[in-house]
Amino acid sequence: MHRQYETVIGLEVHVELATKTKIFCGCSTEFGGAPNTHTCPVCMGMPGALPVLNRQVVEYAMAVGLATNCAINQYCRFDRKNYFYPDNPQNYQISQLYLPICHDGGIEIETASGKKMIGIHEIHMEEDAGKLVHDEWEDCSLVDYNRSGVPLIEIVSEPDMRDASEVLAYLDKLRLIIRYLGASDCKLQEGSMRADVNLSVREVGAQKFGTRTEMKNLNSFKAIARAIEGERARQIELLEEGKEVIQETRRWDDNKEYSYPMRSKEDAHDYRYFPDPDLVPVVISDEWLQAVKERQPELRAQKLERYQKEFDIPDYDAQILTESKRMADIFEQTSALCKKPKKVSNWLMGEALRLLKEENREADTLTIVPAHLAKLIELTENGTINQTAAKEVFAEIFHHNTDPELYVKEHELTAISDEGALCEAVQGVLEANPQSVADYRGGKEKALGYLVGQTMKQMKGKADPGTVNRLLRELL
Amino acid sequence: MEIMELTALELGREIKKKEVSVREAAQAFLTRIAQTDKVLNSFVTVEEEQVLQRADEVQSALDGGASLGPLAGVPAAVKDNICTEGIKTTCSSRILYNFIPPYSAQAVLQMQKQGAVILGKTNMDEFAMGSTTETSAFGPTKNPWNTEHVPGGSSGGSCVAVAACEAPYALGSDTGGSIRQPSSFCGVTGLKPTYGTVSRYGLIAYGSSLDQIGPIAKDISDCAAILEMIASYDPKDSTSVKRADCDFTAALTDDVKGMRIGIPTDYFGEGLEEEVKQAVLQVAEVLRQKGAVVEEFPLSLVDYAIPAYYVIASAEASSNLARFDGVKYGYRASAYDGLHGMYKKSRSEGFGEEVKRRIMLGSFVLSSGYYDAYYLKALRTKALIRRAFDAAFEKYDVILAPASPGTAPKLGQSLGDPLKMYLGDIYTISANLAGLPGVSVPCRVDQNGLPIGVQMLGNCFMEKKIIRAAYAFEQARGRWQAPPQAQRKFEKETVSASADDMQRKEKEMRSASAKDVWKTEVKTVSASAGKAVD
Repeated sequence: MHRQYETVIGLEVHVELATKTKIFCGCSTEFGGAPNTHTCPVCMGMPGALPVLNRQVVEYAMAVGLATNCAINQYCRFDRKNYFYPDNPQNYQISQLYLPICHDGGIEIETASGKKMIGIHEIHMEEDAGKLVHDEWEDCSLVDYNRSGVPLIEIVSEPDMRDASEVLAYLDKLRLIIRYLGASDCKLQEGSMRADVNLSVREVGAQKFGTRTEMKNLNSFKAIARAIEGERARQIELLEEGKEVIQETRRWDDNKEYSYPMRSKEDAHDYRYFPDPDLVPVVISDEWLQAVKERQPELRAQKLERYQKEFDIPDYDAQILTESKRMADIFEQTSALCKKPKKVSNWLMGEALRLLKEENREADTLTIVPAHLAKLIELTENGTINQTAAKEVFAEIFHHNTDPELYVKEHELTAISDEGALCEAVQGVLEANPQSVADYRGGKEKALGYLVGQTMKQMKGKADPGTVNRLLRELL
Repeated sequence: MEIMELTALELGREIKKKEVSVREAAQAFLTRIAQTDKVLNSFVTVEEEQVLQRADEVQSALDGGASLGPLAGVPAAVKDNICTEGIKTTCSSRILYNFIPPYSAQAVLQMQKQGAVILGKTNMDEFAMGSTTETSAFGPTKNPWNTEHVPGGSSGGSCVAVAACEAPYALGSDTGGSIRQPSSFCGVTGLKPTYGTVSRYGLIAYGSSLDQIGPIAKDISDCAAILEMIASYDPKDSTSVKRADCDFTAALTDDVKGMRIGIPTDYFGEGLEEEVKQAVLQVAEVLRQKGAVVEEFPLSLVDYAIPAYYVIASAEASSNLARFDGVKYGYRASAYDGLHGMYKKSRSEGFGEEVKRRIMLGSFVLSSGYYDAYYLKALRTKALIRRAFDAAFEKYDVILAPASPGTAPKLGQSLGDPLKMYLGDIYTISANLAGLPGVSVPCRVDQNGLPIGVQMLGNCFMEKKIIRAAYAFEQARGRWQAPPQAQRKFEKETVSASADDMQRKEKEMRSASAKDVWKTEVKTVSASAGKAVD
């Protein structure tokens, strides 16, 4: 290969919004109900049923648009996208083509060569389709309309990305922003975030874009990276062989690490878009827009900046803590209560992340009550409980929202600070373990550890190991 | 007077006074339907048992002192594109031949809340596409004034049901004149409300931006009362409008003093039958004599209304009717090859010619490359037409116009030339494009004994003005009259149900007495009605 190629990538990202009800009816958006139980005449496309727009969908779309520096179309409209497929009960999808709610924005990502702006062409609102289930045994297809009408936004980027790492950085940033807004949980595996990759290659220095393909069925960040590498290689190979890239939609098979054509431009649909006459235009008043602006939460970049000024914690800690708004909120609220941000950070970055990982959970699912964590920190700081007991208490706070003070009392975890009582216990242990005493005196440091352990056992873990250690040394 | 001859409000009063029981009323109309409908074919579905059961329920509610509306217990017919829970709703199409909706249209719920008893579902042009009720998959409905003629359409079944006294009143739907034109052909009163006044929830859409449900009855008083009952702000319909002026019966006053009435000169050009023209001018004269100020004026853009209408309505229809695909409900072809084979075969076999024609037309005007030239241009035309009416209504309270260029054509005359049929909608479609309310009021019969209706259009939300004008005219015209053939039936103690007998009688009647109906009633009209217009 003697020519140098550049990859040009743009993304279409679908995000399922976290509304309780569907975009055009009152049905639940909850995932995983029995087939066709979260349905009504509207989302089943029954004759005579009419859509009514869910206001919250507009608010979420506006919030995402504002957070990604988009302009908001204060007069926008829904259009019908006409095509026949059984997962689409009306045989048209209600979407936005002519006047999408947000346009001309962008977000900044970090790349190996510094900061880079990725443009956002537009964000539009639309409804999701149902799900087809193919029953091989009965040789038939069934339709589940539970997902039909679940609200989506589609975020269309400009073709500003040049490699997989930029794509992943863009997606990561986008996901973080949307999660901060509470607009979606953005899970690729569960399909609440889906990315289609538009990719073309061109010789370095070329002005015109090459012919692009669209890649679908990308269910993880890893699959996206592999698909980009695979498609880049496939297109370059075609060009090197003197062939042409065909504009088409391809489906990525992540197991085979290969993509297959789904449909080409020749048999592309004419969607016959036109404004949906069942819905009135969405008019966003200045007041409404202002109210949404005022409700926008502090986003991560602003948070990081503030943490630097407000909290005496390392940059690394701040980065990790702000990866989830939930965790950042717990951190801030707890720090406000106990005034020991570094201690709070230690608990969250240590035990909390460890337990989350153990249970394969995301930080957004944390339920720790800040007052409880603050109390726990106070109890350890003033020596009421020792570090071992503190971990036990933390697990309780983490799992069951238990009040640490009550738990400590009920389980008699209070550290025994009465040195007289401790001395007695140490004496007893020394007398009961002459061999270890002899070993220690003979120079075996390890024996001391055993004796400390025995003493702690005697004290039912409520002694401070440091104090026990000191007393043992003194008496030995 | 027989139950069947009473207006809906009169029957409502009889029921309230316990002169007539709800069951008696329902039974009278069920019997009537059984006798006449073999010939007229105005009903698609009648569920007798359900009707009588419902009648008894309403009776016990009334006996229990429930405060229901003035039409409580009065039976009604409903056009078959308006969903009725548990009752087949087919749009007179094979593709919905077995569809039983699990919900009722909001308009039907409004009626039932006030104690309506629904007799059955009426025949129509398939999916409301047509002007004759001949495109129905269940065969054409016949005009009770002359069964060789069509009743008009698409709400032909509803209008015939009222004209032939098979129902005291009916609901229709009007997308391009589908209430007003058949009302005119059948000699009944039909009102299309302002777009957004009656919820479209449960109305199976043809052209969503134009469709509106409205009442069809013997006179304007009934129409006002029915509209008062069915008009509602409905959060389930985004295009529904909150109105505080729905006391339409308050406009039933015989007073048009100072009312400004405009007659568009453009409506009196080529194609308008002389007798229809004279009828409109006659009505103008009546109103003038009652103190209205009548003027002719030029209304622009009239020639553009039909193309704009057929582009917009067909475009919306092509998308609205996409859901009928054999997957979820309705007709599915018995043998097919693969998914697309199923779509194609089910739809090819399920839809009739006219519906297919409009789906194709609509798909064409929306397709890429043609969208701007057709659909967008039609939308702009629509906006301009609206503006032309805005200007007209600055000067006039009511616009007086024909409802149709002529009286009811003969069966089989129209479908062969769809373009000519489309041109017949010239006087009615503008109201749909501009969202205006309009009413067709019977004024006389032509020399063939077929009724002529006059149309009164008002500005948006100005139903009361057209109701007032219609009421004033009715006071001069006199009481509504049934078609002569139907009148003869009332005179007989027992009515023969034989279809042959009906037809024979009807032929006898036609030439004899039909011409006299209403002709002498409008006594105030001067011989030279044409001069009356300033």
